[in-house]
Amino acid sequence: MSLQVSELKVHYRTLKGDVRALDGMSFGLGDGEILGLVGESGCGKSTLGKSLIRMDGRMRRVGGTVVLDGRELPIDDDRAMNEFRFREVSLIPQYAMSALNPTRKIRRMVTELLRSRGAALDLAELERRMAQVGLPAEVLDRYPIELSGGMKQRMVMVISTLLDPSLLIADEVTSALDVSTQKAVARALLGFRESGYVKSMIFVTHDLALTHHIADTIMVMYAGRLAEKAPADVIVKAPRHPYTKLLLDALPEVGVRYADRRLEGIAGSPPSLLNPPAGCRFRDRCPIAGEECAEDPPVAELAPDHHVACWKA
Amino acid sequence: MRRYFGRKLLIYGLTFFVAVTVNWMIPRFMPGDPVASMVARANVTKPEAVEAMRAYYTNLFGLDQPLWQQYLNFWGALLRGDFGVSIWLFPTPVSDVITTAVPYTLALIVPSVLLSWVVGNRFGAYAARRKLLDNTVLPVGYVLTAMPYMWLAVLLAWAFGVILGWFPVAGGYSFSMRPNWSWTFLLDLLHHWTLPFLSLFLVALGGWAIGMRNMIIYELESDYSNYLSALGAPSRLIRRYAFRNAVLPQITGLALQLGVLVAGALVTEIVFAYPGLGSLILKAIQNKDFFLLQGTFLFIVLGVLIANFIIDIVYVVVDPRTRAGMAGAQA
Ligand SMILES: Nc1ncnc2c1ncn2[C@@H]1O[C@H](COP(=O)(O)OP(=O)(O)OP(=O)(O)O)[C@@H](O)[C@H]1O
Ligand code: SF4
Ligand SMILES: [Mg+2]
Repeated sequence: MSLQVSELKVHYRTLKGDVRALDGMSFGLGDGEILGLVGESGCGKSTLGKSLIRMDGRMRRVGGTVVLDGRELPIDDDRAMNEFRFREVSLIPQYAMSALNPTRKIRRMVTELLRSRGAALDLAELERRMAQVGLPAEVLDRYPIELSGGMKQRMVMVISTLLDPSLLIADEVTSALDVSTQKAVARALLGFRESGYVKSMIFVTHDLALTHHIADTIMVMYAGRLAEKAPADVIVKAPRHPYTKLLLDALPEVGVRYADRRLEGIAGSPPSLLNPPAGCRFRDRCPIAGEECAEDPPVAELAPDHHVACWKA
Repeated sequence: MRRYFGRKLLIYGLTFFVAVTVNWMIPRFMPGDPVASMVARANVTKPEAVEAMRAYYTNLFGLDQPLWQQYLNFWGALLRGDFGVSIWLFPTPVSDVITTAVPYTLALIVPSVLLSWVVGNRFGAYAARRKLLDNTVLPVGYVLTAMPYMWLAVLLAWAFGVILGWFPVAGGYSFSMRPNWSWTFLLDLLHHWTLPFLSLFLVALGGWAIGMRNMIIYELESDYSNYLSALGAPSRLIRRYAFRNAVLPQITGLALQLGVLVAGALVTEIVFAYPGLGSLILKAIQNKDFFLLQGTFLFIVLGVLIANFIIDIVYVVVDPRTRAGMAGAQA
């Protein structure tokens, strides 16, 4: 098991109180596995991604552990985490379009970044990887503004994986792209795993249909908690959690994705994470909610590798 | 590149043209007759003599010609570097009067503007994200920038000049001295220069430091900084990038602030009776010397325009984006 997250609780400190963005998440990720992470906006996907690589100033780990390749990650110790960043855990950020310093040519920026991490630039290797995602070598001598959005995105993908990290977090890397570019990015990510540039990957998205193409396993989150996690085909063909079922119903047909027909199709909205109500957090919107749902449903393994948090699953 | 500078030059040219025209108009359409006041000062009582003098001066200043002719003459003279004759120091040419005052003004403005910019930027960048320093720099900076130039000048003159007696409070050099190239005289110049310099330096310093601090914090929170941090890059590298990027708007700020800085310097000169262009303006107004006033203003406008143009060039040299943009970006 390459990544093991146990009972992770991460809160945002705000003036109004703690926002419980992650409230007891547990899951594992095997070597070479691609995990698709889906859920409505605000359910804590980015929070999970950030917790694994770099927490921002307002985030606090309240409990839980993260173990990567047998070593516990000091996720709330910014300095100690530096050793793991880039080499063990890396990130393709949601903001890949603006992730490159606008006043440095790309070659210089990459060289300076690598040198600052004590690594030398292997130019031939860099150019090979760029070619793999369709970037000509002369891109290195340009400024970021001289690249198109898709080129910047691919450049960031190459940079982020340059030190062959064990775990790659790709946060909404396809959201800003058109459908054909999305496919290309998904293919490139699969190629990176094939070539061994990354071992395992967490692929965060709103888009259940796209996830199905790339992920081995899909994990559905709801309001800071795990709702359901199972192999991609099982999630799509035989979901057990009412929320997953509604998500799938909101899609016209898996594999076909109509523009802007996303996860907004479910009536109601998720509870505030500032003071979440007791019991199942999906209760207000759940069509089959019952008495027992006033209690927190535990995560149960209904079948091998199929985890569900629902009393009636 | 050529088109960019061509456009800039055109804008500067237009600005200069408008400035010259306005400058030419002001004394001619302002109440008060400079010739009359000169004649009055000469204390002549005989009416024929008064009439003769009036005719002489009117002719001398070219005021007897039609307006459009005066306007053309004005440009012609200007291009020959001829600003006319001073009324206050008649018959010294205005250009000579200005030439003696300019070194003093430049000696105040150039070091105070450049030093405050450099020191303020360094200091602000250093203070950003360092709690203790930040909590002291910020309030002090705000107090300094909020202070009108004149006020700080008066405060300094009072504290270091009157109370402590460390520095003289008036003049460019001691009255007992004649300008010469001796060490004693240079030291005396420096001694007189210190307080006006300091008041200009301090007021501007606060503004640059605050601006830089805010810019750096903005840059440190920008996406590229977050990305580098997520990849474990040391803060040294990230701060270097942030400083480099934050300096660019500060250069633009310098260009925008230049007018304010010059105005501040002129006021400060008046407070310290420093013999630069500011004091000259005061004298010109007091003596209804419109030609001197006109010349001084023109000179200042020209100086500010040239400085702005230099800053434009520097900006293009430091910001790769404008350069890349001008070379014609390919996507
Ligand atoms: N800096 C912050 N301060 C306070 N609360 C925050 C902060 N960032 C996120 N949150 C809250 O934490 C919760 C989870 O946010 P997160 O960004 O992880 O959602 P997400 O699933 O990534 O959403 P999206 O799909 O829109 O990117 C949300 O309720 C959000 O309001
Ligand atoms: S636990 Fe109850 S409320 Fe929650 S999803 Fe299951 S049935 Fe619905
Ligand atoms: Mg997100």
